[in-house]
Amino acid sequence: MSQKLLLKNDHIPGINTLEVYRKHGGYESLKKALGMAPDAIVEEVKKSGLRGRGGAGFPTGMKWSFLAKPEGVPRYLVCNADESEPGTFKDRYLMEHIPHLLVEGMIVSSFALGANTSYIYIRGEYFYVLRILEKAIEEAYAAGLLGKNILGSGYDLDLYVQIGAGAYICGEETALLESLEGKRGNPRLKPPFPAVKGLWDCPTVVNNVETIAAVVPIIEMGGDAYAGIGIGKSTGTKLISASGHINKPGVYEIELGVPVEEFIYSDEYCGGIRNGKDLKAVVAGGSSVPILPKHLILKTAAGEPRLMSYESLGDGGFATGTMLGSGGFIVMDEDTSIVRNLYTFSRFYHHESCGQCSPCREGTGWMERIIKKILDGKGTLADIDLLWDVQSKIEGKTICPLGEAAAWPVAAALRHFRHEFEEYVKNPQSIKDVRHYYRLNRLEMA
Amino acid sequence: MPIVTIDDFQIEVPEGTTILNAARMIGGDLVPPAMCYYSSLKGSGGYCRTCLVKVEQGSAKDPRPMPKLVPSCRTTVMDGMVVRNETSPEVVEARAGVTEFLLVNHPLDCPVCDQAGECHLQDLGYEHGKLNTRSEFRRRTFEPIDIGDKVKLHMNRCILCYRCVKVCEQITDGRVHGVIGRGDHAEISTYIEQAIENDFSGNVIDVCPVGALTDRTFRFKSRVWYTKPVEAHRNCDKCCGKVRLWYKGEEILRVTARKDAYGEVAKLENGEAGWICNECRFEKKKTSDWVIEGPAHIDDHSVISAHHYESPEGERFGDEKLEQAALPHGEKVERGVGALNPNNV
Ligand SMILES: Cc1cc2nc3c(=O)[nH]c(=O)nc-3n(C[C@H](O)[C@H](O)[C@H](O)COP(=O)(O)O)c2cc1C
Ligand code: SF4
Ligand code: SF4
Ligand code: FES
Repeated sequence: MSQKLLLKNDHIPGINTLEVYRKHGGYESLKKALGMAPDAIVEEVKKSGLRGRGGAGFPTGMKWSFLAKPEGVPRYLVCNADESEPGTFKDRYLMEHIPHLLVEGMIVSSFALGANTSYIYIRGEYFYVLRILEKAIEEAYAAGLLGKNILGSGYDLDLYVQIGAGAYICGEETALLESLEGKRGNPRLKPPFPAVKGLWDCPTVVNNVETIAAVVPIIEMGGDAYAGIGIGKSTGTKLISASGHINKPGVYEIELGVPVEEFIYSDEYCGGIRNGKDLKAVVAGGSSVPILPKHLILKTAAGEPRLMSYESLGDGGFATGTMLGSGGFIVMDEDTSIVRNLYTFSRFYHHESCGQCSPCREGTGWMERIIKKILDGKGTLADIDLLWDVQSKIEGKTICPLGEAAAWPVAAALRHFRHEFEEYVKNPQSIKDVRHYYRLNRLEMA
Repeated sequence: MPIVTIDDFQIEVPEGTTILNAARMIGGDLVPPAMCYYSSLKGSGGYCRTCLVKVEQGSAKDPRPMPKLVPSCRTTVMDGMVVRNETSPEVVEARAGVTEFLLVNHPLDCPVCDQAGECHLQDLGYEHGKLNTRSEFRRRTFEPIDIGDKVKLHMNRCILCYRCVKVCEQITDGRVHGVIGRGDHAEISTYIEQAIENDFSGNVIDVCPVGALTDRTFRFKSRVWYTKPVEAHRNCDKCCGKVRLWYKGEEILRVTARKDAYGEVAKLENGEAGWICNECRFEKKKTSDWVIEGPAHIDDHSVISAHHYESPEGERFGDEKLEQAALPHGEKVERGVGALNPNNV
């Protein structure tokens, strides 16, 4: 059993209430933190080696130390709970089951950053989680853990939850800030970065739910002890949302560094492939990271066992590797059609593009249509080359990373499964899984 | 003051100058095309990505190249920066890509579009695009909308450059104009077709790089290359009163603001943009309303200047050819001629 830091108490009945949460050591980190200097907390987070759990894996301590601190200007902490990447559902689990862990993390982090107003921006579809969070915040206010003079420390904090309207793009941090300001959720051009000019043009830190929750055990155990967990620069534990053709889909807390093979096959985690089938491919970190075929997800190109860590999953670059991303681990068995899977992803990115910049606005729809054509058995070999060319003209040319998020899955599917696209072109009758194929079409006609 | 090198030309520019404006100070072929940036609109630029350039050297202090192509309209120059525009194959390729993207959903209804001849998308396609389209799918379509009685919106032609949105935000008072929807279905809207009733709303026509926002009082009156631009002014208590009149014979067919070499509304002596009011634009169509200054300068950018375009085989199109190539119906365009979708007209 590997160590659990975030989900160690998630099975306890009533842990979503303040009373039970406190009985199990809740808000002890806050007490400890309020006795520390804010800079000392930032120092602990730096020492912990914690990296952003929202996808990019940027070192959190470093992000915090970049926060500009001009005199007389408020600073803000914003928690990114927009979680909309297909395959990712870990933040929801955490907020739903242990809402106080996030609230405690928000208070500790806000104190460390010197913010007196903080926000949790939650995706529109999570409205029932909104109620859970609001209840937890209410309890915290009543117990003097929020509001004026928290636990007699002289520190004031107001915490608000703001619900989005169901747009994936509002998870991109600057689009999130626009939306939070009440505007259309269009990503901003960077620079300036939020650390200098964020919410209402004030210095702002945006962090993922899991990142903020991880601050609680870091303060509890100390940065060095946290850094002792995990492997290399991938310190601590990570929540993985496991889905797809596995026996036990769900949210798992792993110590970073668990071998991918163990994660997929051991009974502690996914419990192997459903119905005794063979593994075909894995999308390891949410829909935007490159898909890898079985031989490359279990072992690196050099033949080393692949581990669940930022470095190991990234080994080989995009040619033979992928990314840990947000930890959305999607497993596909031997019967899966990569072309159809790609169509699903591409449809999503087309639907979610904000439309500000031309390559993403026009390119995502174009890619979707080309893939649909191939999927329908009407494609040509030239279409496959065109698809490659279109994705290459989006990547790196857009305002925000949604362009890349849309281009990478296409590039990876073509890189590792080109033969499958060619099969659809040369032999349209071979389209397997007819049932699902027709269901898709019927849905579209309806 | 920082010194920047663009396509091997060096120039010293004031602190805070963008790469695009530095290039414009040098002039000529090394100026990147800009479909969304507009110097007199704050916060414009960054959207269309036609102005992407390669930064080979970030600055004298930090000579590393920038990893991605950057939008020249929103990137400030640093001392010692080395930039490549058309001399970088990567930029040429990316720009052809962006041009192709801008045309994926464009109706290509130039034969019935009032903007034809002064459309920046036509120029972009001609100068940076490829000969053939590779997109074979249905284009997204919208119905044309009247925004008030003076402005027509053909959303099909819009490239979502956000210039008109910024005009409404910055130079008219109440903001009743914006973007609704997302992705390639996003559209310019005045919140359910509310007319923009404002003295300066007509300027959205001048900033629109394509034929998405056009002047209803000029609708189908003439191709622009048959009209003669003349500079004129009048005493106006709302705006600067400095305009360009577009004559055909004795008749003023339309009134616009004056434009500079980059197609932007020209700056006045005080450095501010010479926006004009709706009264000057739509109501003053008699020669006696105006003090005529003389013929407008026509630069090479305009099709009104002969020899702007050449055929793929290198053939030049002069006035004569253009006239022959013009529609057989003369100046009056029939409904539906050349349009892919009759609703576009
Ligand atoms: C299109 C897009 C969607 C994103 N969605 C999310 C999201 O739902 N949740 C999240 O935490 N980060 C998301 N991100 C990443 C954020 O921009 C940002 O990097 C992150 O919130 C930083 O937090 P971290 O450093 O704690 O990871 C998204 C990024 C992009 C480009
Ligand atoms: S990349 Fe896509 S989502 Fe991001 S700003 Fe551009 S159009 Fe919007
Ligand atoms: S209508 Fe014209 S000015 Fe407005 S966004 Fe579209 S192309 Fe730009
Ligand atoms: S002009 Fe620079 S991005 Fe449009």
